[in-house]
Amino acid sequence: MELLGLYNYWVFAILLMVGFYAVIAKSNLIKKLLGLSIFQSAVFLLYITMDKVEGGTAPIIQKGATDQIFSNPLPQVLILTAIVVGISTTALGMAIIVRINEAYGTIEEKELQDQNRDP
Amino acid sequence: MSMMIDIVSWILLLSGGAFVFIGGIGALRMPNFYTRVHAASLTDSMGTILILAGIMLQAGWSLALIKLLAILVFLLLTCPTASYALANAALLSGLKPDAKTLSPDDKGRPTP
Amino acid sequence: MIVLFAIFLLTLLVISAIAIVRVKNLFVAVMLMGIFSLLMASTFFILDAADVALTEAAIGAGVSTIILLSALALTGEHERFATANRWLPLLVVTITTTTIIYATFDKPRLGDPEAPVHQHVAPWYLQNTPELIDIPNVVTAVLASFRGYDTLGEVFVVLTACIGVLFVLGARPEDAPKPAKQQGLRHHLIPKVVGRLLVPFIVLFGLYVQFHGDFGPGGGFQAGAIIATGIMLYAVLEGETAALKAVPSSLLMAMVAGGAILYGGVGVAAILLGGNFLDYSVLSSNPVDGQHLGILLVELGVGITVCGALLSIFHAFAAREHK
Repeated sequence: MELLGLYNYWVFAILLMVGFYAVIAKSNLIKKLLGLSIFQSAVFLLYITMDKVEGGTAPIIQKGATDQIFSNPLPQVLILTAIVVGISTTALGMAIIVRINEAYGTIEEKELQDQNRDP
Repeated sequence: MSMMIDIVSWILLLSGGAFVFIGGIGALRMPNFYTRVHAASLTDSMGTILILAGIMLQAGWSLALIKLLAILVFLLLTCPTASYALANAALLSGLKPDAKTLSPDDKGRPTP
Repeated sequence: MIVLFAIFLLTLLVISAIAIVRVKNLFVAVMLMGIFSLLMASTFFILDAADVALTEAAIGAGVSTIILLSALALTGEHERFATANRWLPLLVVTITTTTIIYATFDKPRLGDPEAPVHQHVAPWYLQNTPELIDIPNVVTAVLASFRGYDTLGEVFVVLTACIGVLFVLGARPEDAPKPAKQQGLRHHLIPKVVGRLLVPFIVLFGLYVQFHGDFGPGGGFQAGAIIATGIMLYAVLEGETAALKAVPSSLLMAMVAGGAILYGGVGVAAILLGGNFLDYSVLSSNPVDGQHLGILLVELGVGITVCGALLSIFHAFAAREHK
């Protein structure tokens, strides 16, 4: 049971590296971007895992109630904004990929490198 | 009385779970696309109605009940629409509901 | 019981992540990404982060799927090359995973109240929010008031990313034909009728999330995303032209800039009234009322910017489709 408390961190590590694998090993640019999104989600999971307090609830203070335990609001604030920024930056990456496709006719890294080699 | 409500709500929740489970098996095991959509839509309609009814009984007369009712109404509207849109898109893209693909292939595997 | 459920969800997360990386069809990968986000949102909810779960569900499963799909329509949906040299990356990844997992044994267990994170800053927020700001939702209080600088920065990042997308996609060659008029889903009666019925409710729910953010989970980021989803649904059903008629792109530009200006303007107003930048206490005769007013305006600015930016990005992709 003691070890189960670390399961969230293990999933974080695995997700992080699954995303990283897509970034370094895949040739397709969109696949790389999806890998980056998974990588990002893994970091979100790490932060939100740290905010949990045993027996706590979401940090919304009920009037009149005393002795409530709340989870940590700070990581939640950081991740809440990071999610919105994440989709904006992903969209920017997608826009660049669309332009690459229009200019070179491919979004495969290998073909792009070949075009670069013999113009 | 509360005991009765508990028992009824658990029966509803469990039967809802059973419908979702059967739908899941159907989505994996059915022979072709249209039958799979049919099985999956089972979880959407019957499963959600039963589970939400069970949760409503647990919630009692409160604000949560109204919210659950709203969720139920929207799910009843959207889930069949989603199933319809999926099947319609498959039909338009040229996947025929053919009698040949209805039967499993020689090795007993469902054909895609 | 909840532990079992959490482990189940986390395992599904790993499975869907691996499936996203392995699957050849990018369309399927994007759909799996939506499932991944929904699982992530459920996990966040179990971990007591209701606000974050709402954001992840609205953005990850809603907006991001639509934007990725509209980008896929421009690039093609098949991955053409198998991974050429997969052993070296696999080796690197395995070693790193093992190292990180080895390092986690020193971390505090999940939910440990003695963990270092819970000792500093956060208790101060929880203790002083009822007194200084007097709104129930501490997350909104920290987001809009205590750490208002942070959020201002994030809003400008969204603004910048939106400008970047418009710059990258807005340029089109001189001889490019005008985009053909899209008709939306004219031949799909049932989705169209049901969708039309839903759009006003989605926008209404977005407004509820916007203005209820002080009392429950919600706020500008979530509301902006939800309203943007509603209008995107309208665009998918009725076609681009109808959506641009309802919310013209000039209005979208004004929203993107106006929301950020509103946020910054509240800060400047606080300076002019004799306080510090983004110190809302001076906005009203009573400091607590001033905080309420400031948070309301700032959240409104965030919501307007996020909604405008996501819609502009969506339209930028959609306008490219018919070349």
